[in-house]
Amino acid sequence: MPENMLSKIDYCLHLADNALILCHKNAAWCGHAPSPELDIALTNISLDLIGQARNFYQYAATLINENNAKGDSVTDDHLAFLRDVNEFKNCLLTEIPNGDWGQTMLRQFLFSNYQYFLFQQLINSKDEQIAAIAEKSIKETTYHLRWSSEWVIRLGDGTPESHSRMVHAVQELWPYTGELFLPADYEMDCLKSGIGADLELLKKDWWNKTHEIFSEATLSIPGKSFVQDGGKYGKHTENMIPLLTELQYMQRAYPGCEW
Amino acid sequence: MIKLIRKFYYGDYDSTNPGASLNTNEKLSEETSWPLWEIFVRSKQGLDHKHVGSLHAADAAMAIENARDVYTRRNEGISIWVVQSKYIHATNAEDADSLYDPANDKTYRHPTFFDLPDAVKHM
Repeated sequence: MPENMLSKIDYCLHLADNALILCHKNAAWCGHAPSPELDIALTNISLDLIGQARNFYQYAATLINENNAKGDSVTDDHLAFLRDVNEFKNCLLTEIPNGDWGQTMLRQFLFSNYQYFLFQQLINSKDEQIAAIAEKSIKETTYHLRWSSEWVIRLGDGTPESHSRMVHAVQELWPYTGELFLPADYEMDCLKSGIGADLELLKKDWWNKTHEIFSEATLSIPGKSFVQDGGKYGKHTENMIPLLTELQYMQRAYPGCEW
Repeated sequence: MIKLIRKFYYGDYDSTNPGASLNTNEKLSEETSWPLWEIFVRSKQGLDHKHVGSLHAADAAMAIENARDVYTRRNEGISIWVVQSKYIHATNAEDADSLYDPANDKTYRHPTFFDLPDAVKHM
């Protein structure tokens, strides 16, 4: 398999894993959100995310099968349910525990903000399929960003209790934001070949938006802080193994099971 | 101290009046819950907004977003109106006789005595 094809597959898996893992974390709120309306809202977002994950997994599976004529063919389900923890390429931010509602909202905002500007770039990807998935996803992500921004503002600029919880959430999540903009080698390759996003550019847009929302939410952006990375290469936090144990349980326990 | 959890045992409910609220809970929910909003959705350009239901939200912005998530997730709409339920004024059910029944026998108010040309549709 040519080198740049490997990078493209890794890139698609990375994009898919981000969406799948955050979808799974958000889905844990189902039945537990502060009100039935919010329960539906957050599970809607999860459903959007699993749709995005599926599109990228299906494309990755197509690429893998086209370039691996002799081996066993794979499907999107294989990629989601049968890869091990060190093969997952999601950013660490997506696997951080839900915490309280405020922390989940902040995580969604930080990630949707990243996804929004990412898809804006990927619309112009030289790879038609990636461009098409980005175009479909950006409408969903625009709403996720709007919705989560409002929650960050509402809680940050809310009561003393909600404000202090948001300050805590910022402290918890901030060390994981730097990784979003540290390109992995497959991201560099895809940028060079014109199919991937430029993370330097993305970082500027992301910062401006984060700045805008944080100031409205009366939250301050932490100064220089330690950047925790590794997720894009399969080095995950301790949260990832229990997460996958739950996510992959059915396919591991009953291989090939369908319903 | 506010009692948040209350256990019920057999006989605690008044079986002759099921669904009757308990004063303690009612008071609590009034103080802590978000106000109720009525939701109107327009399904297509050119059609009216129709009442589809109600939900709880802290303010209008949240009500619109909640309505989007609750009432338009299956492609039902292209526009949403929200109004806080307390601003809706309604007729009294007991007045129904005097308000609506008098119209029952006024068939001359329906324009059924005109011959419409074929070219006129949707009247």
